[in-house]
Amino acid sequence: MQHYSFLSLARNALTNHQNWQAAWRSPPLKDRYDVIIIGAGGHGLATAYYLAKNHGVTNVAVLEKGWLGGGNVARNTVTIRSNYMRDESIPFYVKTVSLYDGLTKDLNYNLMYSKRSMIDVVQTYPKLREIRRRMLHMDLYGATYEPIDVAELRRRIPSLTGGGPGSRLPVIAGMVHTDAAVCRHDAVAWGYARAADDHGVEMHQNTEVRELLRDANGAICGVETNRGTVRADKVAVVVSGHTTTLTETVGLRLPLKTFNLTAFVSEPVKPLIDVVVNCPDIGVYLSQSDKGELVIGGAPDPGQSFRRDIKQNVFEDAVCAMLELFPAFRRLKLMRQWGGSLDMAHDASPIVSTTDIPGLFVSAGWWGGFKAIPAGGFTLAHLIANDEPHPLIAPFGLDRFNHLDFILESGTTIAR
Amino acid sequence: MLLLTCPFCGPRDESEFAHGGYARKQRPDNPQMMSDDAWVDYLTVPDNPMGPVREKWWHVRGCGTYFTVERDTRTHDITDEGESHAS
Ligand SMILES: Cc1cc2nc3c(=O)[nH]c(=O)nc-3n(C[C@H](O)[C@H](O)[C@H](O)COP(=O)(O)OP(=O)(O)OC[C@H]3O[C@@H](n4cnc5c(N)ncnc54)[C@H](O)[C@@H]3O)c2cc1C
Ligand SMILES: [Zn+2]
Repeated sequence: MQHYSFLSLARNALTNHQNWQAAWRSPPLKDRYDVIIIGAGGHGLATAYYLAKNHGVTNVAVLEKGWLGGGNVARNTVTIRSNYMRDESIPFYVKTVSLYDGLTKDLNYNLMYSKRSMIDVVQTYPKLREIRRRMLHMDLYGATYEPIDVAELRRRIPSLTGGGPGSRLPVIAGMVHTDAAVCRHDAVAWGYARAADDHGVEMHQNTEVRELLRDANGAICGVETNRGTVRADKVAVVVSGHTTTLTETVGLRLPLKTFNLTAFVSEPVKPLIDVVVNCPDIGVYLSQSDKGELVIGGAPDPGQSFRRDIKQNVFEDAVCAMLELFPAFRRLKLMRQWGGSLDMAHDASPIVSTTDIPGLFVSAGWWGGFKAIPAGGFTLAHLIANDEPHPLIAPFGLDRFNHLDFILESGTTIAR
Repeated sequence: MLLLTCPFCGPRDESEFAHGGYARKQRPDNPQMMSDDAWVDYLTVPDNPMGPVREKWWHVRGCGTYFTVERDTRTHDITDEGESHAS
């Protein structure tokens, strides 16, 4: 792998940047691998990288129906945080934040990682109580959540001029999550892809898996794609949003529903907000990108959906909520809007698991799963390599549903 | 935006409604008599098709009726509309 550094940048500048190596190869598709990973999103690519790096499993193919990193990893609002509720969740997210902290160096790829803290703007007492309860839980695991008063909140977010005492929902407090960060989403996909390729992993784009294949004993034996049959004794479904579409081809029903989550950006403006602002009571959150655009997200479309556009009333709700707190943003032009389809499990926590079908693994239910990419890949690789879950992910297996042993995280995962 | 047909008020804009959740299958009469697998399936596993799903809507900014429709998850087309809830 060509090492990226200040020196390599300078050297390539001399040749007009004509001589950079391709970041990954495009080898021919073989008919057999040790492991097939379906989906070249953040989770699939991270899994491939850690399989090779931590477990020496390198005869791996990542099969992607579109282009690498073109799914939700390219469509999210890049908030990285660990302010969850449950004893099972918090250590997992603390791990993912710590992996992100060192990832630029580990992958030798500039993720433009920016630790900037997240401030929850609290406008109702039930929410305040819920967040304070989370604060006490998080204290146990070394994640941070600190209360601030309204004056301090307004000092840190000067453009937040709405929500005064006379408004419908006055701001009553703030909560600061100092561990929160943002980074460049494409770089996460490309960085993992390049590093995985360096270890010998193959990535195949425009390769859609249409069906999972089982042998006479019922174990998984490969996949059927638009480019023919590819065999492997271990197959991981890491397709975010389309999990059930694939697992149903082998009769496996999962506790997942697919929903549409959306975002939009404003025209670029001068530095205005240097934290991630989350407004859980009215259902909107935003941050400012390095380019100066405000990146804004709202609540999901409430009914199941496989669409990747934004519904007008969902969009209007988010804009109206934002304008209540940031009335000056009325003058901003909005430039682009989009959506993605994500699946959510019955208890709103992820699923990283073996299945009833020997050799078949699933990683799904990644609602807010951009932050989870490093730890999700790290733990899924461990599970595939050892057939035993890593302790951090052991509570997130499918068997939790059989015991009705839910890890309830609804309310901490979405903007409302 | 959906145009939902309330059985009482007729076709109205989606913004007048709140989503009432996935319309579950009939609750089994005797969960004690079922296998654990079937009971867990009923409790936790929804249908998640790229196609029609049954869901409830609540005309909360209207007459207050709850009703069930069938909507396609790819197109938002309402494929079967306005069945009011008796209870
Ligand atoms: C608007 C929006 C905002 C979000 N904001 C945040 C946020 O602020 N913080 C956060 O942590 N998370 C956020 N998320 C969630 C996050 O983006 C996802 O949880 C995460 O990206 C999912 O994992 P992934 O990267 O592996 O998915 P993806 O990038 O979607 O990867 C899955 C891949 O599988 C491929 N695939 C699907 N079916 C097949 C098939 N049959 N054969 C081959 N390939 C297939 C797809 O093409 C896709 O490339 C947001 C999501 C959206 C949509
Ligand atoms: Zn009505």
